[in-house]
Amino acid sequence: MELCGLTIHELQEMLRAGQTTSAEITASVFERIDAVENRVRAYITLMKESAIAEAARADEVIRSGEMKALTGIPVALKDIFCTKGVRTTCGSRILHNFIPPYDGTVVEKLRAAGAVITGKTNMDEFAMGSSTETSFFGVTRNPWDLARIPGGSSGGSAAAVAADECIASLGSDTGGSIRQPAALCGVVGLKPTYGRVSRYGLIAFASSLDQIGPFTKDVEDCAILMNVIAGCDPRESTSVPEDVPDYRTFLGRGIEGWRVGIPKEYFIDGIDPEVGAAIRESIRVIEKAGAKCIEVSLPHTDYCVAVYYIVAPAEASSNLARYDGVKYGFRSEDNRDLLDMYKKTRSSGFGEEVKRRIMIGTYALSSGYYDAYYRKASQVRALIKRDFERAFAECDCILTPTSPTPAFKVGEKTDDPMQMYLSDIFTISANLAPIPGMSVPCGYTTSGLPIGVQFLAGHFQEGRLIQIASAYESQAKIERRRPAL
Amino acid sequence: MEYEPVIGLEVHAQLLTNAKIFCGCSTKFGAPPNTHTCPVCLGMPGVLPVLNKKVVEFMMKMALATHCRINGECCFARKNYFYPDLPKGYQISQYAAPPAEQGWIDFLINGAKKRIGITRIHMEEDAGKLIHDEHNPASYVDLNRTGVPLIEIVSEPDIRSAEEAAAYLRRLHEILVYLEICDGNMEEGSFRCDANVSLRPRGTETFGTRTELKNMNSFRNVQRALEYEIKRQTYVLDAGDAVVQETRLWDDTSGVTYSMRSKEEAHDYRYFPDPDLVPVVIDDAWIEAVRNTLPELPLEKRERFVREYQIPAYDAGVLTAGRALADYYEEVVRLSGQPKIAGNWVMGDVLRFLNEDKKEIRDCPIAPAALAEMIRLIQDGTISGKMAKEVCEAMYRSGKTPGAVIEEKGLVQITDEGALTGTISEIIGKNPAQVAQYRAGKEKVFGFFVGQVMKATGGKANPQVINDLLKKMLAGAQ
Repeated sequence: MELCGLTIHELQEMLRAGQTTSAEITASVFERIDAVENRVRAYITLMKESAIAEAARADEVIRSGEMKALTGIPVALKDIFCTKGVRTTCGSRILHNFIPPYDGTVVEKLRAAGAVITGKTNMDEFAMGSSTETSFFGVTRNPWDLARIPGGSSGGSAAAVAADECIASLGSDTGGSIRQPAALCGVVGLKPTYGRVSRYGLIAFASSLDQIGPFTKDVEDCAILMNVIAGCDPRESTSVPEDVPDYRTFLGRGIEGWRVGIPKEYFIDGIDPEVGAAIRESIRVIEKAGAKCIEVSLPHTDYCVAVYYIVAPAEASSNLARYDGVKYGFRSEDNRDLLDMYKKTRSSGFGEEVKRRIMIGTYALSSGYYDAYYRKASQVRALIKRDFERAFAECDCILTPTSPTPAFKVGEKTDDPMQMYLSDIFTISANLAPIPGMSVPCGYTTSGLPIGVQFLAGHFQEGRLIQIASAYESQAKIERRRPAL
Repeated sequence: MEYEPVIGLEVHAQLLTNAKIFCGCSTKFGAPPNTHTCPVCLGMPGVLPVLNKKVVEFMMKMALATHCRINGECCFARKNYFYPDLPKGYQISQYAAPPAEQGWIDFLINGAKKRIGITRIHMEEDAGKLIHDEHNPASYVDLNRTGVPLIEIVSEPDIRSAEEAAAYLRRLHEILVYLEICDGNMEEGSFRCDANVSLRPRGTETFGTRTELKNMNSFRNVQRALEYEIKRQTYVLDAGDAVVQETRLWDDTSGVTYSMRSKEEAHDYRYFPDPDLVPVVIDDAWIEAVRNTLPELPLEKRERFVREYQIPAYDAGVLTAGRALADYYEEVVRLSGQPKIAGNWVMGDVLRFLNEDKKEIRDCPIAPAALAEMIRLIQDGTISGKMAKEVCEAMYRSGKTPGAVIEEKGLVQITDEGALTGTISEIIGKNPAQVAQYRAGKEKVFGFFVGQVMKATGGKANPQVINDLLKKMLAGAQ
C-alpha cells in the first residue's frame, strides 16, 4: 500500500518508529493527486508548496520527539473554512477571488496540532446541495464510479479521502453534508453536536444548523481528529463549555448490553433495496456485538424536510446578504448605480440553487409570512428535538440508513430539487435536534457502490457514537477496498 | 381647526465602552478610515459576534435611570437591509423581547413638571459611514463606526410640542452624560434623534397619520424641524388633504423637511432572532450590582444642592449641568465651607474662563483646593474681593496656587494700621484744600482720599481699614 492509502494512526506508528517521514507521506499524497485529480476533481485549490514546507517542519518536530496529535499528517479542508492568505471560495463565483485575512478556529487547531494542509476541497455552492454539482468550480466525481456524484455538500472532502488524495479531511454538515457524502464515498463521517466544534471561520450557510466534522478512513482516525477540533471557543457565542473527553478512550470498549433504537419512521418505501438489506445486516451485526435493537418512534420525522427547508433558507437569505460586491469578492461591471450593482452582482455571482434558497428564505421571513413559516418551523423544530429526547430515554443510540440510495448519476437529480432534497431525509433531523450523527461504511452494492449506516446519539454523546461505530467496525469486518481509479 | 401635535422620539445614543459591541475593536472617534476594524466588524465570511457585557451594563444603567422594567431575558435579532455602510447586510439589533420597557422621565418645562413615558430601550450595533467624493462619481466606506454600541431609547407619543420635544431631549441627554455612558456629542453623531409626529384635532384621542423626521443633528434643529413639520401638516389638513405616511429629511440650510421615502417604499426588515447569539439573561443580582454603581442623577442632585447648600434653584441648575462641574463645586464647598461664595466664583469667573477657551471643567487649571484656598484668603482679609478677581484669573492662566500668585504679584492686602497711618497723615498734609472741603461738610471728597491712599499703596490697602482710619484721622485733626 502506498503511504497515501494508510490511516492517520497507521502513519503515526510509522512516523514514531522512524519508518517514514511527513515529507514522504506528503509527496505520496501529491503523487496520488497528480494521478487521479483530473478525474475526481476533489479540490478547488491545491496547497502543494506550503504543504511541502509544513511537512519539512513536521519532520523537524518529529525528530525533536515532540509529535503532536496530527504532526505531519496531510489533511484537506472543505473550501468553506477561512484560511489566512489562501483563497476561500465556498464553491461560489461570488467569492472566486476572496482571500481571507484570518484563519478560522478549526484551521488554527489543525495547524497547532501539526497537520499538513493539502488544499481546499470542492463543495456545493455555499454548501447548498447533496451532490457537489452546484459548485462554480465544476462537479466532483465519486471515486467509486466517475459517472456518479460523491454526495454533498462536502463531496470534495469525502472524495479526497476515498481517493487517497489526503489522509483525512474536514467538512461541514447543515443537513447531512458530512454524513451523506461519507456514506456515498465509503468513508467515516461525523457531525458533532451543535456547539461542540467552533464555527468561527466557517462560512455560514444556516447558522443554527451548521456544524464542522471529520472525514476519515476509519473510526479511530475520526476519534483522533475529534480530539483536535472539539472544544469551546470564546469567539463563538453558541459554543458550549462542555468537557471534551479523549475520544480515543471510546475505541474498542464494546457495546455489550446497549439498547440501540431503530426508528420505525425511517424505514420507508423509497429506500433502495440494497441499502435496506445492508442496514438490516448492520442491525444483525450490532446485535452480534452484544447490543439489543429495539423499535423507537420519532413521530415528527415527516416534518423534518419541510422544517429544514424553511429554517435553513431563511438563515441563509440573511447570511448571504453580505455578498453584495461592495467589500470583497465578485462585483459586476458597468453598474448604473448602487441598486444596479447589487442586482447584477448577486444575479451573476450566485448560482441557481443558491438564488432559489435566498428567494425561499426571504419569503419565509417576510412581514406577514413570518408567523406562518419561520415561527411555525421553529416550533415544529422543538417537537423534533423532543422526539429524540424521548427516544434517547429508551435507548443508548439510534441506528438508521445514512442515505436512502447509493450515489446517483451526475445530472440525475439536478432538474428536480425536491428529489435532491429527499437525499438528506435521514440526516436532516440530527441538525434540527441538534444531536451528533455519524456515518460508517456498512457494505457495497452489487455494482460496488459504498453504503453507509448512520448512528445518532444524544447531545454531546460523540464518545458514544465512536464507541458503537468502533464496535460495529470490528464486528462487521467490512472489507477495506480501494476505488479502482 | 386647532390641532394638537402628537410626538414620539427615537434616540440613538452611542455608548462609551472601550470596545465595540461584538468584537474587540476600539470605539474611538476620529481615527483614519478603516483602522478600527477586524474581520468581525468588517462582516467577513465566517466571523461570529460575541456580546460585550459592558454594553448590557450601560444599557441597564440607562434603564434604571429612566425607571424602566428590566426583563430577565432578551434576544438579539437581525434587521435585514442592503446598504454599503452595513457590511453584513443586516444590523444586529433587538426586536421582540427588548431588555428594558415601560419607563419614564420627568423634567420641568415653563415651571411645570412633565412626565414622558419610555416605551423601550434596546441595544444594537452602529453602521459605518459613507464618504462621497465631491469631485468624482465615487463613494468610500469607512467602517470604523461599524459595531460601535448604541442604545435606542423610544419614547411614548406623550410629547405635545416642539418645545417639549427639545426639553425631553435635553433631559435625556443630560442623564446619558451624567451616567457617563455616552459623550452626548451631537455633531459627531453620538446622540441622534428621529421624530414621529402627527396632528389631531385638539380634544380628540385618535392619532392622525404620522411622518417620521430624520437628519436633525442638534436640539435646536429638532425643535425647528418639528415646528416646521407641525405647520406643514396643519396646512395639509386645513387644505382638506391627507398627511402621507412617509419618512422626511430635515434640511438645515433651507429650514424645511422633504420626502425621503413613502410607506410603500418602506423596507421590510425581515427581523428574526440572530442564530449566532444566545439570549441575554439578566438576573436580579446583576441588576442590583449595576444599580449600586448609579450616580446621583441631575434632578436629585439639583434638589439636594438647594436643600443642603441653601443656594437658589437657578444656581443649583447651573452647577449640576454636568456631573464633573457638580463634583468640582462640591469639592470647593467641602474645602472652603462657603457654598454661596463658592457657587458665585464657580458660576462666575471659572465658568467664564472655561467658556471663553471652550474648555471643560475637567480641564480647568484651577484645582478645587486652590479655589477654596482663595476663598479662605478673601474671608480672612488677606486679599480683597477685587484682588481676588485678578488672583483668580492669574491662577487660571498659570495653574498656580493663590499663595504663589499673590506673592508673585505682591498682592497682599495692607491691613496694618501703623503702616497706613503714616501714608494717610502724609496725604492729609499734602492736600489741605481738600481737607478743608471735607471738614466743611463736603463728604464726597472722602472718595478722593480713599483713591489717594489706594494709589499710594498700589491698591493693596484693605478698603475697610482705610475707611476707618481716614474717618478717624480726618476727624481727629480737627
